[in-house]
Amino acid sequence: MEDKTNVRSLIQKNAGQRNHINEKVVPKIFLIIASISILTTIGIIFTLIFDASKFFSAVPLREVFSTDLNPLSKDPSFGILPLINGTIITSLIAMVVAAPIGLTAAMYLSEFATDRARKVLKPIMELLAGIPTIVYGFFAYSFVTPLLMKVIPGLGAKNVISPGIVMGIMIIPLVASLSEDAMSSVPDAMREGALGLGSTKLEVTLKVVVPAAISGIMASFVLAISRAIGETMIVAIASGSSKNFTFDLTKSMQTMTAYIVEFTSGDAGSGTVGYYSLYAVGLLLFIFTLGMNLLAQYITHKYREEY
Amino acid sequence: MDYQEQINIKKIKKEKTNINKKQNNYTFEISRKRINNRILLNNILKKVFSLSTVFALLVLGLLFYRIAIDAKGWIDLQFLTSNLSIFAEKAGIKGAIIGTVWLMLIVAPITMSIGVITAIYLEEYAEKNKLSAFLKVNISNLAGVPSVIFGLLGLTVFGRLMNLGSSILAGGLTMSLLVLPIIVVSSQEALKSVPSYMKEASYALGADKWTTIRKVVLPVALPGILTGSILSLSRAIGETAPLVVLGIPTLIMKYPTSAMDNFTALPIQIYYWTLDAVLTREYANLAAATIVVLLAILFLMNSIAIIIRNKFQKRY
Amino acid sequence: MKTEEIVFDVKKLNLWYGENHALKDIEFKIMKNEITAIIGPSGCGKSTFVKTLNRMTDNVSIARTEGEVLYHGRNIFDEKLRVEELRTKVGMVFQKPNPFPKSIFENVVYGPRIHGIKDKKVLMEIAERSLKHAALWDEVKDRLNDNAYGLSGGQQQRLCIARCLAVEPEVILMDEPTSALDPIATNKIEDLIEDLKKEYTIVIVTHSMQQAARISDKTAFFLMGDLIEVDRTDVIFTNPRDQKTEDYITGRFG
Repeated sequence: MEDKTNVRSLIQKNAGQRNHINEKVVPKIFLIIASISILTTIGIIFTLIFDASKFFSAVPLREVFSTDLNPLSKDPSFGILPLINGTIITSLIAMVVAAPIGLTAAMYLSEFATDRARKVLKPIMELLAGIPTIVYGFFAYSFVTPLLMKVIPGLGAKNVISPGIVMGIMIIPLVASLSEDAMSSVPDAMREGALGLGSTKLEVTLKVVVPAAISGIMASFVLAISRAIGETMIVAIASGSSKNFTFDLTKSMQTMTAYIVEFTSGDAGSGTVGYYSLYAVGLLLFIFTLGMNLLAQYITHKYREEY
Repeated sequence: MDYQEQINIKKIKKEKTNINKKQNNYTFEISRKRINNRILLNNILKKVFSLSTVFALLVLGLLFYRIAIDAKGWIDLQFLTSNLSIFAEKAGIKGAIIGTVWLMLIVAPITMSIGVITAIYLEEYAEKNKLSAFLKVNISNLAGVPSVIFGLLGLTVFGRLMNLGSSILAGGLTMSLLVLPIIVVSSQEALKSVPSYMKEASYALGADKWTTIRKVVLPVALPGILTGSILSLSRAIGETAPLVVLGIPTLIMKYPTSAMDNFTALPIQIYYWTLDAVLTREYANLAAATIVVLLAILFLMNSIAIIIRNKFQKRY
Repeated sequence: MKTEEIVFDVKKLNLWYGENHALKDIEFKIMKNEITAIIGPSGCGKSTFVKTLNRMTDNVSIARTEGEVLYHGRNIFDEKLRVEELRTKVGMVFQKPNPFPKSIFENVVYGPRIHGIKDKKVLMEIAERSLKHAALWDEVKDRLNDNAYGLSGGQQQRLCIARCLAVEPEVILMDEPTSALDPIATNKIEDLIEDLKKEYTIVIVTHSMQQAARISDKTAFFLMGDLIEVDRTDVIFTNPRDQKTEDYITGRFG
C-alpha cells in the first residue's frame, strides 16, 4: 500500500509534463477554423460582386431594367425584369397558400390541440419540411399541373400557379413551427387572465396570444418569403423558362433562381456576358434574401415582448 | 323626515330595485345568447384550424401515393444495379447511388469537423465581444442564403479557381459549406444542454478547459451532435441546385474511383429525368423510382437520428 | 502545544460582482488541520468567499477582486500561479452533489487521470483508498462500474468527497455540503468531516448554526459582505464580542 505522499508527488511530477500550451493554443486554432464561416460569406460576396460587375460594365443599366430578356439569341439582350417578376409572383402565390394555413395550423397546435394530437401532428409537419425540394418539383409537374389543367381552362403545361402552390405547401412547416414557437413562449399567466374573465379559447388565441407573439409571427412570414424567393428546383421544373414579362398566371415564367440553373446546365461559356449575367442575377438574389433575413432578425429583436 | 316622505322613499327604492331586477334579467338573457354564439364560433374555428394540420397530412399522403404509383414496377434489382442509359428500360441508378455515397464520404468529415469545432469555440471559448456576435450573426445569415448561390460560389472558387471542375471534391466542398450552419447550430444546442454543475466539478478538481471539454462536455453532448450531423447530411443528399450549377452531368460512363473524378448523384437524375418526361413518358417513372430510393435513404438516416436521440440523450 | 500553521492568510480581500460589492475588506487566517465554519444569513457572501479561495470566481465574468489571499505565503491571484495547481491542492465539495455521468470508479479517478496517472493498479488503489476515506467503500465496492447516478443523494455526496480526496488536496472547501440531504445522510457526512480533520484543513460554509457548533473549531460570521467576527467556536457561540453576531446566533434575524 503506497504511503500518503506518493500520490501528491506523482501529481507534482506530472504537473511539469502536462501540456499547458493547450489553454493558449486550442482557442486560437478553433477560432481560425470557426472563421471559415466568415470566409464563406466573404467568398460569396466577392464572387458575386466580381463577376456581376463585369456584367454591369458590359450591359447598360437601361437594358438591365428592361423587360427584354433573350440571352441566347444572336443579339442577346439582358433585361432582368421578367425574372424579378417571376420570382415575386411565385413567391406571392406561395405565401397566399402558406401564410393562412401555416398560421392556423400553428394556432391549432399551440392553443387547441391535445398533447396526444400534438405528438402525432408535429412530426408530420417536420416530415413535410424534410422532403427534398426536387421531390416537390416532380410532384408539381407530374401531378399538380395536370390536375389544375383539368380545372383551369387554358392553363399551360408550364405555369406559375402549380409551382406557386407547391412552394407554399413546402413552406407551411416553416411558418407553422416558427409561429408556434412564438405562441408557445407567451406565458400561461396571460392566458389564464383572459380565461378567468370568461373568454373562449378562440378569443384568448386571437386577442391575447397572437398579439403577444406577433413579432415572432411576422418574422416567420418574412423568413418564409425569403425561402420562397430562394427556392430553385420546384420552379425550375414546373414553371418553365419563358422569359416573357407577363402577369398571366397560366403562362410560364422564369424566376431568378431558375435562370441561374438553366444557364449553367447548358453551355454557358465562361467569359461571355451571359455567364456574367448569372452572377448579376445571383447578386440581386443574394441582396433580396439577405435583406429579408436581416429584416426578420430586426423584427424579432425590436418588437420582442419582455415578459 | 315625516312618515309620508319615508313611504315615498321606500316606494321609489322598491321601484328602482324592480327596474334593476328587470334589467338584470334582461341583460342576463342577452349574455346567454351571446355566450352561446361565441362558443359556437370557437368550436367551428377550432375544427377549421385543425383542418390546416390535417391538410399537411393529406398532402403528404397524396405525394407518397402519387410517387408510389409512378414508381410501381420500376424499382427492381436491375434498376438499382444498372448503369445509366438513354433507353429507359435499361437505365439504372447504380452510378448515381455510388456518386451520392462518394459525396457523403467527402461532406461528412469536412462539415462535421469544421461545424463541431466552430460550435465548441462559440459555446466554450468565445467571450461576449463583437467578434463572437459577428460570427453568430454570420452563421444565421449563411443559413438563409439560397442554395443556388452556394452553387455559384462553388463554381467560381472550387470549380474554376481551384480547377476542380465538376469533380466529387468540388461538389463535396460546396455542399459542406451549404450545410455548415445546420451543424453549427445543432451542435451549439447540444453543448448548451450540458449542465454547468458538471463543468464546475471538473474545474474544481484542477482540470483545464480543454480537458473538461474533452472528458465531460463532449461525451454528454455527443448524441445531440450526432443527431445534428445526420440531419445536415440528409439535407446535403437531397440538394440539387448547387450540383446543377456546378455542372454535374447526368450521364456518365465510368464510375468515380477518386475524389477528383466526375460523378452524378440521385437528385441530378431526378431532375433531368423529370425535365425530359414530356418527351419520354417512361422518364417520369424512372424519376419516381429514383425518388423512392432517395426517400428510403433519407428515411433510414432520420430513423437512426431519432433512435440516437431517444436512446442516448438524457435530460440532466 | 501544537504549532499552528497558517494555510490561508486573507488580506484586505474585496470582490465585486459588477456593481455589487460582495466582499468587503476581509481579513482572515485559516489554520491547518482545523475545521473552520462560515456562517451568516443568505446573501452575506459566505459562498462567494469560499469560492474565491480556489478561484472558482474566475468563471464569473463580472467578478473583480482586489487584495491578497496568501496560500502558504504565495498570493493566489499572482499571474504566474497556475489555477489548476491551486485547485488540485484546494479541493471543493458543492452544495448539490454533482457526480459525472460516468461509473463510480471513473468518477473517483477522474482527478488522478487528468493529472497523468495512468497505471491501472495505482488508480485502483487510489479509488479504494479514497472511497474508504469517504466512508463509502463498503457500500459500493461490488458495483464500482455502475453509473454514479444510481446512488442516493447522501451516497452521491460522499462520492464527490471521495473524488475530491483522490487528488490528495491539502484543503477541502465545502459549500453547504449537507443542505440538500436528509438528516441521516447529514449525520454520516458530519462524522466524516470530523474524521477528515486529522489530515486535511476544512472550511465549511453552513446555514445551520447547530452544524457549525457541532463540528467546527473556529467559526466566522459574515454579514452583507463583511466579516463581522471570527474566533474559536465555543467563544462565538457563548460569548461573542460583536452585538450583530449575538443577534444572529440568538435568532433575531437571518
